Amino acid sequence: MKTNLFPALKLTLLSIVLFVVIYASLIGGAAYFIAPNHGRGEVILKNGKLIGFANVGQMFSKDEYFWSRPSTVNYNAAGSAGSNKGPSNEEYLLTIQARIDTFMTHNPGVKKHEIPVDMITASGSGLDPHISPQAARIQVSRIARTRKITQEKILTLVDSLTEKPWLGIMGTSRVNVLRLNLALDELR
Amino acid sequence: MNSELFGILFTFAATLAIAIPLGKYIGKVYTGERTLLDPVFGPIEKYFFRWSGIDPTQEMDWKQNLIALLTINFIWFILAMCILMNQGWLPWNPDHNPSMSPDLAFNTAISFLVNCNLQHYSGETGATYLSQLFCFMFLHFVSASTGMAALAVVFNAMKAHTTSQIGNFYHYFVKSNTRILLPLSIIVALLLVISGAPMNPEGKETLVTLQGDTVQVSRGPAAALIAIKHIGTNGGGYFGANSAHPLENPNYFTNVVELIAQTIIPIAMIFALGHFLKRRKLAWMIFGVMTIGFLMLVIPTVYYEMQGNPAIEKMGVDVHAGAMEGKEVRFGSASSGYWSIITTIISTGSVNAMLDSTMPISGLNQMLGMMVNCFYGGCGVGILNFYVFIIIAVFISGLMVGRTPEFMGKKIEGKEMKIAMVIALLHPLLILAGTALASYQFTKDPNVGWLNNPGFHGFSEMLYEFTSSAANNGSGFEGLGDNNLFWNISTGIVLILSRFLPIIGPVAIAGILAKKKYIPESAGTLKTDTATFGIMVFAVILVVALLSFFPALALGPIAEYFSLY
Repeated sequence: MKTNLFPALKLTLLSIVLFVVIYASLIGGAAYFIAPNHGRGEVILKNGKLIGFANVGQMFSKDEYFWSRPSTVNYNAAGSAGSNKGPSNEEYLLTIQARIDTFMTHNPGVKKHEIPVDMITASGSGLDPHISPQAARIQVSRIARTRKITQEKILTLVDSLTEKPWLGIMGTSRVNVLRLNLALDELR
Repeated sequence: MNSELFGILFTFAATLAIAIPLGKYIGKVYTGERTLLDPVFGPIEKYFFRWSGIDPTQEMDWKQNLIALLTINFIWFILAMCILMNQGWLPWNPDHNPSMSPDLAFNTAISFLVNCNLQHYSGETGATYLSQLFCFMFLHFVSASTGMAALAVVFNAMKAHTTSQIGNFYHYFVKSNTRILLPLSIIVALLLVISGAPMNPEGKETLVTLQGDTVQVSRGPAAALIAIKHIGTNGGGYFGANSAHPLENPNYFTNVVELIAQTIIPIAMIFALGHFLKRRKLAWMIFGVMTIGFLMLVIPTVYYEMQGNPAIEKMGVDVHAGAMEGKEVRFGSASSGYWSIITTIISTGSVNAMLDSTMPISGLNQMLGMMVNCFYGGCGVGILNFYVFIIIAVFISGLMVGRTPEFMGKKIEGKEMKIAMVIALLHPLLILAGTALASYQFTKDPNVGWLNNPGFHGFSEMLYEFTSSAANNGSGFEGLGDNNLFWNISTGIVLILSRFLPIIGPVAIAGILAKKKYIPESAGTLKTDTATFGIMVFAVILVVALLSFFPALALGPIAEYFSLY
């Protein structure tokens, strides 16, 4: 034990210097030069004012905006969490039913089988910045009505902001809700 | 083909394409052959050894190696406890987060020390930037290299003929860090920062959203930690939601990078063994058994996740995107299902979707992955666990065909078998006894407020937590209210036992075998690098897992499956 104690202590100290101090400084320094916004998280500005982070979702519940997905933390990114509800939980299934009903009340004319599942389920982080393209499309008529813009114009906007799968072949298509709503405000 | 499925096929293919050559490189590092990084790290390592007063060429026996391993681990434990219990007033705490309570600090320190990372706290509110880097990220490196060094000692012992000297733990420990973990982490961290993962020293940002709500956004020095969290199969994330968080895993590209990063070392270690021992066929046998096990778990999981929740389908909405509760749109259900199995067969335990909300069959497979704990397995320790099953399989098949049980030219006798059996049975004992104790506590006081879900799924939450602790995995059915005295202490104890005994056991077996006389292979030797023997090992693993765990699984995920479908 004693023969190992001092070598182990010294080895620990050196490891902290190399694997924490030097490694973290290296990555931090590199981030300053090569990362978006110097490694401080990619931001979106509106008229020069910080309006949000590109990758962090925001709450949209007003009828004039495209809604985001339900969130356990109400899109306050001081924390992050999913609902952790199991698939067979009765209480949870009632919540889902309530979300479907709310959505249909606010979007008359949308058929139930058109509502994609991501619109009524909470994301893992509670900060999901995206919705599926279908979730955006079924909200178009509501927004057109509230904002008094033609549906075609908004649909074109949704299509132009739809992000394709990675390299066009891997993963999912999606729409960044914050970017979409910012573009929507510009539309009129 | 479906773009979600193509994404995971590409990920697995890319993983193998990187892991196989990496394995040869790791083998070269451990044998001491020349490699490309010699001029960079050679001098640094020399300085490490000279200043610490360690002679890396001095070989030690298995007991000395284990004492060295345990001593340095004990120092890290004390260091981690000190940081976590005092982080509130220590510097670099821009968000003014509090110090940890003693039981939470105990659980957290142990859990990071043993490469598990249960995380009964949440990164944004429970840790400071100082503890994230100097406690968590530091332990990410050294806990991974501890496992790798222990495995390197076992490699060395398997090669040794009639000697008690089986290499130097410190030597392998330092080299695992400098030659393998550090370079890989730098590459991954750079890919992450380019893609938008933050690496900044300032605290949270407060802002007013487009709709007019005031929110805060936590950031910090995350990218460096996220890289080593995956490279070292640790899994302890920077943010509470782990790799489901959009700053920890910003897009599909980073998702692929993080998936590859966590899988390459466990797979590479198999081929490192092949190179080190000059037994390539043995390496392919091990790889084959592990891959078949992996595929048997991952295929049904991806299928059920993509099918979606039948209870929600009944409500009449469109579920073709799959089981999206707890999942992120940018990853989709296929990639999240794939991740949930990758993270549980190896001991990462990071998540890109909330496992508590996955389908019953997926939860079953995630738990099976950890119950077996050697389909690839964690950094180094995966093969140590597999080694135990090889020893058992050699013994059983030796008895079946009436030959002396031998492995790598060494006779397997009573003492080694006893150690192997104790290690193989310890795992189910810790999981089942822990779950039984928790269930007893819960039935005595149902209002204790642990469970986030009623019924079968609630039982699964408790079973999962102990399985994850005993497998040193660290993922969870996170609905479980686990930051309290019972869970912090009970899982803390399980963590210590299930980390160090499965390291001590195989090192001891290998050390004892190394001392024995070498018997050259003859016509009477049982061949261990054949498909037949592979099937035998697989059967042993299957029988131990099913006999031990089927009753518990029947009460949890299997019962939930039948209630849902």
